[in-house]
Amino acid sequence: MNKKTLFLQGNEVCVEAALYAGLDFFAGYPITPSTEIVEHLASRLPQKGGCFIQMEDEIASMCAIIGASLTGMKAMTATSGPGFSLMQEAIGYAVMAEIPCVIVNVQRGGPSTGMPTSVSQGDVMQARWGTHGDHAIITLTASNHQDVFAMTVEAFNLAETYRTPVILLLDEVVGHMREKLLMPEPAEIPLIERLHTSVKEGTDYHPYLPREDGRLPMSDFGGVHRYNVTGLVHDMWGFPTNNPKIAHGLMRHIVDKIENRVSEITRVKEYFLDDAEGILLSYGSSARSALHVVKNRRKSGERLGLLELQTLWPFPAELVRERCAHAKYVLVVELNMGQILQEVKKAVDDPSKVFLANKVDGTFITPTDIRNVIRLILGKGV
Amino acid sequence: MKSKSKKDQGKDRSHIEIRRDWCKGCGICVAFCPKKVLALDENEKAIIERPDECDQCGLCELRCPDIAIEITTL
Amino acid sequence: MAVRDYIRERFMPHIWCAGCGHGIVMNNLIRAIEVLGLKKNDIVMVSGIGCSARISGYLDFHTLHTLHGRALAFATGVKLGRPDLHIIVPMGDGDATAIGGNHFIHAARRNIDITAVIMNNHIYGMTGGQYSPLSVYGRMATTAPFGNIDQAFDIVGLAQSAGASFVARTTSYHATSMIKIFQKAITHKGFSVVEVLSQCPTYYGRKNRLGDAVEMMEFFKKNTTPLGSAAKEKNPDLIERGIFVQEDRPEYCAEYKKIIKKAMGEQ
Repeated sequence: MNKKTLFLQGNEVCVEAALYAGLDFFAGYPITPSTEIVEHLASRLPQKGGCFIQMEDEIASMCAIIGASLTGMKAMTATSGPGFSLMQEAIGYAVMAEIPCVIVNVQRGGPSTGMPTSVSQGDVMQARWGTHGDHAIITLTASNHQDVFAMTVEAFNLAETYRTPVILLLDEVVGHMREKLLMPEPAEIPLIERLHTSVKEGTDYHPYLPREDGRLPMSDFGGVHRYNVTGLVHDMWGFPTNNPKIAHGLMRHIVDKIENRVSEITRVKEYFLDDAEGILLSYGSSARSALHVVKNRRKSGERLGLLELQTLWPFPAELVRERCAHAKYVLVVELNMGQILQEVKKAVDDPSKVFLANKVDGTFITPTDIRNVIRLILGKGV
Repeated sequence: MKSKSKKDQGKDRSHIEIRRDWCKGCGICVAFCPKKVLALDENEKAIIERPDECDQCGLCELRCPDIAIEITTL
Repeated sequence: MAVRDYIRERFMPHIWCAGCGHGIVMNNLIRAIEVLGLKKNDIVMVSGIGCSARISGYLDFHTLHTLHGRALAFATGVKLGRPDLHIIVPMGDGDATAIGGNHFIHAARRNIDITAVIMNNHIYGMTGGQYSPLSVYGRMATTAPFGNIDQAFDIVGLAQSAGASFVARTTSYHATSMIKIFQKAITHKGFSVVEVLSQCPTYYGRKNRLGDAVEMMEFFKKNTTPLGSAAKEKNPDLIERGIFVQEDRPEYCAEYKKIIKKAMGEQ
């Protein structure tokens, strides 16, 4: 079969993938470097009969996708740095009220207005802990266009499976870079559709009573079941309660449904790990440079490998520990001050063998940058 | 309760019911009843003191913040 | 259906203080819906945070209790998802004019078919009596211990200039006209705003020695007048009530349907 080959920006790939996944509703506010997502969806979504709206700000955008999701729509928003900060309260609402939705953050330099047109991976921890209170979250990322497509679809699938917001953390380089995309055929990537309740009209429906597998069948607003949705701690009907037992159960549920399924949610790519003495661990655009180093050094017999994370949260600690167990050193390559580095140090048996190759100046980390750090680790000098 | 049909009703053909567990005793119904039908009892709950005076204007029902008053047509 | 058929009785009596105007608003909102004969499954009530926002929990519709100030943004998503449903958004001082002020003017500007019921009690009740953007100049509040120096918003003027195609004002005293206004607001195609002057005897009343709920309602009776009445000419201080704006203007969801047609035709 001859697949359609497209030459696109990462942001455009994200749009095509969202449509492939069945996106019905998008609300957003333009912000560099994610604006192309908003622009493309403004024309692409109504072509498919979906709804695009440019809201007054990112807060409203996040709230609007939650509202639309409750009517049964697959909903998404997209933003960057400052907009992602504004969305945090409503992301917490989606966690608490268990509303499936996808939030794309094309990362730029921060904090504050930072470097709007420059690359960064500085929002990794904000994706994890940006909203207040204990919670679990799913965050995916990708380093190339084929994976941007796959992870965007995956974000929708995981959002529907676990009734949760899923954050797709892209970065400026991936978002703005143009490269080839082999457009997947319809149905080539399985899609997970919303799980609807089979409870009939007139029978008591419990929107917040998880099944044994942890999933919660939904009923769309406008349907036969009228229930309450709230950001307050709530009972199995969705009504507010201060009952400590119910509160505990709810907190455990929203955390456990994700944290107990790390292996199901984890997506990684492994390159030459089997005999690797040095493991580069990276994600997003910086994984491209890391892969280049690995492939290049392999040619000269250096036993390097790459573990590329596509699931950042829940952090696949067990997998990282296991893969890195026999490495002499682990070099985390990321465009921040060591946000994933700390997770890797926590995960491995010997944190003293974990090092950081990073950049926070708005420029992209090059293979030479990484190579220089490896030389330092090996005591060879730069 | 549709206001249209209310006008057609005879004086003795309705019944005021007060849900005591919902009533918070604000006294709004008592103060604004044009015929002074209602009162507050010693527990500060609305009661119907002079039912015969009621001309079913329905204002107590509409102005009750506790939705505790219901006028039913017999 | 009887009024109580619209209530989730197991949560009654409600949390509002004795004499709170919000209960009267809920009472008459139900009556308006009952007169209109709307199906409970066709109504989504979206609320924010505050005393007023608690209305949603008591009513047997699809109910969405959201974040402070953001109800209209959530409601916009619900409405675009299901344009056939009636969306009613009860709001208080903060939801409508402080933290949610931006969403309010933009929902009005888009003229999206949502009914906003703003219970103006001039104070933040749930947090215990702080001044709001609707507190009258000079009034006392826990955060205005020397008197409020902020100027209050005029909701009707704000809604009107922001582009709402239906704008009305009533009070908790004027129950029968409130029901009629609610009916018109809910059936209006476009963004409809109903400001209801509502009493908070517990905080606003007590802090400002305005008397109990009855006296505060007496104030609404004596100090308001129907729109365009002769009394207003004699006494310009009177607050006007009635329907200020009621116009047919392009509604957002209907406009978006046209966009879809255009986009699909262009393909």
